[in-house]
Amino acid sequence: MDTSADRITDVWGSRTPYGPGTSWPPRTDTHLAAGLGERDVERWVQAASVLHSNGDAMDIAVREGRIVGVRGRAADRVNRGRLGPKDLYGWQANASPDRLTRPLVREEGRLVECDWDTAMNRITARTRELLADRGPGSIGLYTSGQLFLEEYYTLAVLARAGIGTNHLDGNTRLCTATAAEALKETFGCDGQPGSYEDIDHADTVALFGHNMAETQTVLWMRLLDRLEGADPPRLVCVDPRHTPVARRADVHLAPRAGTNVALLNALLHEIIRTGRTDRSYVAAHTVGFDELAAMVEECTPAWAAGICDVPAAQIERAAEIIGSAERLLSTVLQGVYQSHQATAAAVQVNNLHLIRGMLGRPGCGLLQMNGQPSAENTRECGADGDLPGFRNWQNDEHVADLAAVWNVAPQTIPHYAPPTHAMQIFRYAEQGSVRMLWITGTNPAVSLPELSRIRSILAQESLFVIAQDLFLTETAQLADVVLPAATWGEKTGTLTNADRTVHLSEKAVEPPGEARPDLDIFLDFAARMDFRDKDGGPLITWHDPESAFAAWQRCSAGRPCDYTGLSYDRLRGGSGIQWPCTDETPGGTPRLYTDGIGFAHPGTCESYGRDMVTGAGVEPVEYRALNPHGKAMIKAVEYLPPHEDTSAGYPLQLITGRTVYHFHTRTKTARAPELDAAAPDVWAEISPAEASAQGLADGDLVQVTTPRGAIRARLRTTAIRDGMVFLPFHYGYWDTPAGHRPPGDGPGRAANETTVTDWDPVSKQPLFKTGAARLTLVARRANATGARTTTQGSGS
Amino acid sequence: MTGIGTGIVLRLLHDGERDLEQDLLAAAARHRTDHEFHHVALDIARWSREHAARLADAGRDHGLDLPGPRGNPSPGALAALREKASAALGRRPETGLLLLNDLRELHLAVARNSLHWEMLAQAAQAGRDDRLLALVTDCHPQTLRQLRWTNTMIKILAPQLLTGV
Repeated sequence: MDTSADRITDVWGSRTPYGPGTSWPPRTDTHLAAGLGERDVERWVQAASVLHSNGDAMDIAVREGRIVGVRGRAADRVNRGRLGPKDLYGWQANASPDRLTRPLVREEGRLVECDWDTAMNRITARTRELLADRGPGSIGLYTSGQLFLEEYYTLAVLARAGIGTNHLDGNTRLCTATAAEALKETFGCDGQPGSYEDIDHADTVALFGHNMAETQTVLWMRLLDRLEGADPPRLVCVDPRHTPVARRADVHLAPRAGTNVALLNALLHEIIRTGRTDRSYVAAHTVGFDELAAMVEECTPAWAAGICDVPAAQIERAAEIIGSAERLLSTVLQGVYQSHQATAAAVQVNNLHLIRGMLGRPGCGLLQMNGQPSAENTRECGADGDLPGFRNWQNDEHVADLAAVWNVAPQTIPHYAPPTHAMQIFRYAEQGSVRMLWITGTNPAVSLPELSRIRSILAQESLFVIAQDLFLTETAQLADVVLPAATWGEKTGTLTNADRTVHLSEKAVEPPGEARPDLDIFLDFAARMDFRDKDGGPLITWHDPESAFAAWQRCSAGRPCDYTGLSYDRLRGGSGIQWPCTDETPGGTPRLYTDGIGFAHPGTCESYGRDMVTGAGVEPVEYRALNPHGKAMIKAVEYLPPHEDTSAGYPLQLITGRTVYHFHTRTKTARAPELDAAAPDVWAEISPAEASAQGLADGDLVQVTTPRGAIRARLRTTAIRDGMVFLPFHYGYWDTPAGHRPPGDGPGRAANETTVTDWDPVSKQPLFKTGAARLTLVARRANATGARTTTQGSGS
Repeated sequence: MTGIGTGIVLRLLHDGERDLEQDLLAAAARHRTDHEFHHVALDIARWSREHAARLADAGRDHGLDLPGPRGNPSPGALAALREKASAALGRRPETGLLLLNDLRELHLAVARNSLHWEMLAQAAQAGRDDRLLALVTDCHPQTLRQLRWTNTMIKILAPQLLTGV
């Protein structure tokens, strides 16, 4: 039991050391409202975290109809009872007094309260008008990585087969699109190969752009416990910042932003040069090794050192550790996904595992991580740029199969081009061909790059914007209709974490006022629109979370993400379960690819792949020629210089990231007093050397400027590489006088005022970690206090 | 040994790659607000630049005096103006049709280069010119990637840009 009073300063709690091959000891973390003990709790209701991607299982404490705390579920395979700071304190946001409780519609420029009929009729009237006048391509839907599976699936059906639009994507485009794309490029299909249990077995863990200590605190607790136990794993960390992970690493490589491919090509070069290739694995399970060997032949550590500004000897040392590993676990996150050549770099990590034969065995894991709690569901339900069940839009049999599941004609489902990604949907809205944008559970007016552009798109007269959220976010303030949504603890549904673990999260309390679950809103819309199948029956035949889950199970049957062996009853009481889960594998599947590569066959694969530099699609016939037997594909890529490099006017590299105390745009975390107090305002990080070169000190007010815009922040000097500035991206304007934008014409505080509109051509994930900026002094700090506002956490 | 025809194709291809680089850079500047097109066009203009340089080298083996790529495109006043104009006009629906038009012209220019690479490959094999064959083997795949890119972009954008405005 760990009920330590302050998990703001003690982020990871006490250690429970364990050795390789043994199971991770439980530790139950609890936090209840002040003055309450467990005996005061009337009911405990099962749930799982929605404030990060780790999938930590918990029970919600209920007293007198209100949430009064949380307790980790010791029986769960993911967290064994532990919770991180955001979960221990974040539940308080549910009861925040500024929750939306009634729908709002815009009248004469102002948002005014109304009833549900008024709001929904306005939406259906506009939908019908656009369908009649301009067709389904005039309607776009932009959803989240924070709803439940049942909601995404319903949204995918009503968008693709009801409205018939190709423009449905999630904000998962910003967090996890590269993970999905990298898995598709290498394995032909999405699906996390590894398992969190690989931490229990690994002798080497390599973290690529993954500040696990802050983004997945509980997974980091697991790794810390291995590091404190017998026979600890060796750690390799690639991160330009001296993160808590870097502090524990045997080798820490801190490359220039935008150079991951060069670094990884050098690591691959060394592995091949030193004969660490598993030739029998490569021959049995892969295609493309010769092209990789040729591509990296010239990519020596000395060559990469010149590009990455990392000592060649350190690259050799990292390669030696990875090359001599017998049980290698690699994890990848935003330092790769949101950087230049995102997919190309993530794929090179896959290649490390393929050429070393490190897959499908305990400790030999690959975790292309997610950023959000239900990002995996957005992906598998087809709300994130693919068709549901990892079906391939280029494969007519897959489309026909999906059409049969939905009982519609195949041509009803748009499949003449890949489903439109979020950045392109916004471009179409900018140009005026998308006239309605329904935004659910996300806040693009803070989270997308180049915010002045995003605000101007959302504010366009020609664009009808619907925002469905808990609070009057920056985005909601620009909307034409605002729908109040219920959230975690107020509705029931399932969510799947980064290692394919499915959890049930149940309703514990009533939502405030007239707020409704997202699922109910979608079902209401579909009923009002009277969407029909090809026989005239209702297109959507379900009416609540459990029946929606059953519908999804039918859609997932026979696909890699097969849910047919699961049920709400099976998910109640014990631990979460990893898909695929079928009648043959009722306990779930810890690891994919234990016996070769499963889903890459031309008839099965989710994607035929894309060119790693241009993003051009591979045609089915080419795929069949390249990979007739469905093996893993080793794809080699040349390093390209970043699109925006430093210059005399903008001498610093700019990267944005996150802190352990906040999630996304702080809609919930800033409404939890402990979390808000831990990190109340934006800051800018540079190295002490960089600061002294400019005569700056901790606490000075500085301005960070790029060609897109500027923000002001307090300066914090940290052990980040020289020549780089870091900004946390969480801070927007809802808690400032201007509400949704910077004050007047002055600089704001949202990091995305400064970021560039550029995305990876393969995964379409925006590049938040490859830009150029200058930093200038605005004012010296007033006194000697207040320079540092947080303790452990610094960002990722 | 070199046939007269090989020299003609070398020159045509050299000129074609030289022009393609310029066309890609100009199109990138015209479509500053179609961000993916803009950035990828700049990335793969680099391939054509390298091809033109290597073809100029190869030309010397074949008695040709080819200039290679044009001087480094300076981010001069005209280019800056063009980018500003494209950013200002980027919201207008007609920019979508202009982009499709540019993609079609680029595709045809790349296809022409690709056919010339094909001719050179055949000539190199018939003439047992290993150096020329090695050049084609290095460069032609990148031209084919340029071709797939323009085709993919047209396939993705055409449904919206042709029916949505």
